[in-house]
Order: sequence, then C-alpha cells, then structure tokens
Amino acid sequence: MKPTEKNHPPQIDTARLIARRKRQDLVFNILGVVCMLIGVVTLGALLFDLAADGLSLVNWQFLTSYPSRRAASAGVLSAWVGSLLLMLVTVSLAVPLGVAAGVYLEEYARKNWLTTVIEINIANLAGVPSIIYGLMALGVLVYQFHLGETLLVGGITLALLILPIVIVATREALRAIPNGIREAAYALGATRWQVVKDHLIPYSAGGIATGTIIAMSRAIGETAPLALIGALTFVAFLPPAPVQSRFPFVNFKWLNSDFTALPIQMFNWVSRPGADFQHNAAAAGLVLIIMTLSLNAAAIAIRYRLRKRIKW
Amino acid sequence: MPAGLSSPPRREKPAEGPPAQGAAHLMLGPGKRYWKDRIIRGLLFLAAASSVVVTTGIVAILLAESMVFFRQAPLWEFLTGTNWAPRNGHFGILPLVSGTLVTTAVALAVALPVGTIIAIYLSEYAPFALREIIKPVLELLSAVPTVIYGYFALLFVTPQLQKIFPNLQTFSMLSAGIVMGIMIIPYVSSLSEDAMRAVPMLLREGAYALGANKMITSIKVVYPAALSGIGAAYILGISRAIGETMIVSIAAGTGPRLTWNPAEPAATITAYIVQVCQGDLPHGSVGYQSIFAAGLTLFLMTLGFNILGHILRKRFREAY
Repeated sequence: MKPTEKNHPPQIDTARLIARRKRQDLVFNILGVVCMLIGVVTLGALLFDLAADGLSLVNWQFLTSYPSRRAASAGVLSAWVGSLLLMLVTVSLAVPLGVAAGVYLEEYARKNWLTTVIEINIANLAGVPSIIYGLMALGVLVYQFHLGETLLVGGITLALLILPIVIVATREALRAIPNGIREAAYALGATRWQVVKDHLIPYSAGGIATGTIIAMSRAIGETAPLALIGALTFVAFLPPAPVQSRFPFVNFKWLNSDFTALPIQMFNWVSRPGADFQHNAAAAGLVLIIMTLSLNAAAIAIRYRLRKRIKW
Repeated sequence: MPAGLSSPPRREKPAEGPPAQGAAHLMLGPGKRYWKDRIIRGLLFLAAASSVVVTTGIVAILLAESMVFFRQAPLWEFLTGTNWAPRNGHFGILPLVSGTLVTTAVALAVALPVGTIIAIYLSEYAPFALREIIKPVLELLSAVPTVIYGYFALLFVTPQLQKIFPNLQTFSMLSAGIVMGIMIIPYVSSLSEDAMRAVPMLLREGAYALGANKMITSIKVVYPAALSGIGAAYILGISRAIGETMIVSIAAGTGPRLTWNPAEPAATITAYIVQVCQGDLPHGSVGYQSIFAAGLTLFLMTLGFNILGHILRKRFREAY
C-alpha cells in the first residue's frame, strides 16, 4: 500500500490503460494477419516457383513420353499412368475395408476392452510415419509373401496408410446422422444391417467420399513408402491394360507389373545434378500438384454442397 | 376360418397353441434375418480388427529384423556410438538421431509460434467469413506432396537463405527444417483452434467483465484453458516432423553426421532409410537389417509422442 498510488487521479490512468489495451489488440491483430500471410505467401511462392521452372515443359509430348537419359526428351507417361493405377488399387482396397471398419466401430461395437484396443490402435496407426509402412511392406509383402515390387504391393501399402483416414471419416459421417433416423427404421422392423445398408450408408456417403478424396490426395503424393518397396525410377513401358476387348474384358496382369509413380519420378529427377533434370522435376511436380489440388477442390466442393443440402 | 370365428375373441389363445403358419416368420429369435445379421456383423468386425493385424505386422517385422541386427551390433554401441556406417561395422545411431532432432527443432521453431498465433487469431479475432476462406487455404499447406516441398526447400529456400548467410551449403538442415515447419503449421493451428473454440464463452465473458481486452483474454484465459488440446496439437506436429521423410532426404543431405548446428548438412533417420533403399540392398545384409533398426527407433520415438498426445487429447475432451 503506497500512498502515492492511492492519491493518483484515476481518470488519467484509465484513459492511458484503455489506449494501451487497444494498441495491444491492434498489434496482435496485425501479428495474426502476418502469420497467416506467412503460410499463404509460402504456398503462393511454392506454386509460382514450380510454375516458373516447369510450366514451359508441361505439354502433350511431356505427358506422352517415357523417361529418358536426355532431359529434353524425357516425359512422365509411365509415371502418371502408374499413379492412376496405384490409386485404383488403393481406393478399391481402402474404401470397403475402411467403411466396414468404421460402420462396425460406430454402429455395432459394444463398449468393451476389444473395442478400446481397436480404437486406440487406429488412432495410433494414424500417427505412424509413412516410411514405417514402407518398411513393413518391404519386410512383409515383398520378402515374406514374395509378392515382388509390383503395383499390387504399392497399392496395398498406400491403402493401409490411408485406412485410418477413411475409418475416421466414416465414423464422423455416421455420427452426424441423427438417432431418429435409426430409431424410425428399427421401429419399422429393420435389422441392424438393413438400417446400415438402406439408411446410414446412403446418408453418410457424401462425408465418406470427402474423407476418401482427402485420403487419396495424400496417397497420390506419398513418396517414401514407394521408394522403399522399390518402385523403379526408369520405367519405359506401361503395365498391361486393365481392360481388353476379349472376354472377360478385364485382366489383372497389370497388378503384377513393375511400376513407377509421379512422386518417385520427381524425386529421381530432383536428386540428379544439373538444371535440366530439375526443370523436369518441376514439371512433374506441377502435374502432381494439379492432381492433388483438384482432388482437394473436389472434396471442398462436396463438403460445401452437403452442408447446404442436408438439414436434419 | 369358421373355427376362429366361433371361439370368443380371446387374444392370448393363439399364442398358447401351436403358432399359425402365417405367423412363423414374425417370430423373434434365430431366423434367416438373424443369421444374416450375425454374419455381416462378423465380417464388419474382421474389417475393424484388420487394423490390429497391420500394427502387429509393423511391430513384428521391425522387431524381427532388428533382433538379427542387434546380434552383430551391441545395443550399447547402438545407443551411444557416434559413428553410423553399419556396412563398415560402425553402429552408433546418435548421428541420425541428432539430425532428426535438429531438423525437428527448426521445424517446431517455425510451426509452433506461427501455428499458435494463427489459431488464436482464427478462434478469437477473425470474422466468420475470413475464417471460412483461410482455413481451407491453410490446410492446403499440409496437402502439398512432401516431395514438392523437398524441391522447394532445395531449389528455392536454400538459394534465398544463401543470400542472407553466404556460407550456407547446398544441403542444410536449416532450410529443410524451415520448410518442414511451414508444412506442419496446419496440423498445429487446426487442432489448437478447435481446442480454443471449445473453451466456454463464460470464461471469456468473465475476462471481459474484468476489463481485459481480446489479447489478454486470449493469452491469459483461453490459451491456458485449452492447453491440453493445444499440447496435443503440438505433439502431433512434433510427431509429423520426426517422421517426415522426403523434405529431409532431398534438402538436408544424406551423410550421417553428429552435429547440432542447423546450418550443416546431416542425414535424419528417415533420410538414411530412403537413401539406403535407393541403392542395391540385398535381403538379409547388414544394410538391410540396419534400416529396420533405424525404423524401430523412429517408430518408438513417434509412438511415445502419439501416446502422450492421446492422453492430452482425452483430458481436453473431458475438461468441460
């Protein structure tokens, strides 16, 4: 208790205090905007840098040529075809498995230790670095099961990698459906499976699709696991076509084909000395980032439409 | 049914006698529907349980190959040795660990302050419309493939940094770490913002009533109240940074080197694994086993952080 403080006229103090507090707020406001700009500007610089180095190379010839020793005539045909086929394997494995697991955990599972173990396990799998999945694929799929360094193994690896994302997306979509829907269906005598199949899955399809597309955009850019299982960097052929003109119209030989993928091709080009191949890397990166960003845009568009349409 | 008509309308009667033919499928209990439901339930359970198989596979293969590795490399040397060249008989993992820790520290020095301020700004200051636009844009930062970030770090960030620090080498942990930090900003900011928005309005109103401005409220009230959620966000960021592979493989160099100076090049655990796999790697060689031992180290590091994050997140959910 100092007497001087007590005698101090209070009005001046308050005015100064208010001014100081307002200044603080302004400073913090600016700080927040600056920090957001750091993120946004970096993203812009990255896109600009890629485009500046690679845009002039992205043309029809680049998309339809095989890699080559000479930078000028090298292209990404085998890489983007490999990436698309990989996504085909990945999605057709991860979506059924992930949705089934999500449905089980959200709609069927009783609260017991087994469920808890599975839930903790999935949360933990989501945090395992992708390179560890690559090690697992290399040790188990390539050398224990002798599946070879093929599209199938690459697809399985990426599918396991995105499985937790699909499961979480499914669970969140299911959780958003009001209980009244389930109860109404049960009241009409539906079994649990009928409720799931006829009501819950159709209503959560949009949310599941959003999650799956986000997961795909992550999988398509994954490099480390594919580098580990030995995706080749010099592939001057295409896998056998998945469709054919003769009966039964599909064949699965392509699953056992060696492959490369866009991020692998880009990694290979980045690692080479010399500006020529680095321009090729930028061009491959541009193709890759266009794929990634359009997947993300699709996910955002679906989410936006869902939010507008669904009103429980 | 003339017999039914003649008997008095007693509702209990049909239930006592043998069930009428038409009523059989209405009976509850093990029917076709029941068994179909059970089978589907079993299949769905198998799908959920398959995730446990994946974890088992990961742990089993890491342990099995590491066991073979540790038969040649004494555990003590592995943990304390300062020279890592498994194919020449040097088994000290410390150089790789130091590389991982330095790049992670640089990344966190970027991502934690920036991510936290963004989270506070978006949760406490930003108008609704701005938040709706800026959040997806920021999330794109974590959607960019990491190999592209590697390219960006090596061929854009490093040259820019060399203008400021002329002595910086072509490969450096500094530029890899900075770019990695930018990449994990959304991981930090998004979860932190969720945690701060979960703080009840009452706490903020209490602070305002005492004359606090938004900044004081954010820093002294909202931030501490959301701390466990924010801690979980930080830990997610750390775990991402430790496991990040392509940025460091491309931009931080591939030679194991025990150094704490971010301006130098050094391999991380992840970069070592990728680099070894690029070359000829015979199954069963020391080099092959060494990547599993390195992978096991990495797995244990991220597992520790993940468990910590899980505990924190659980606490933050239960707080209010």
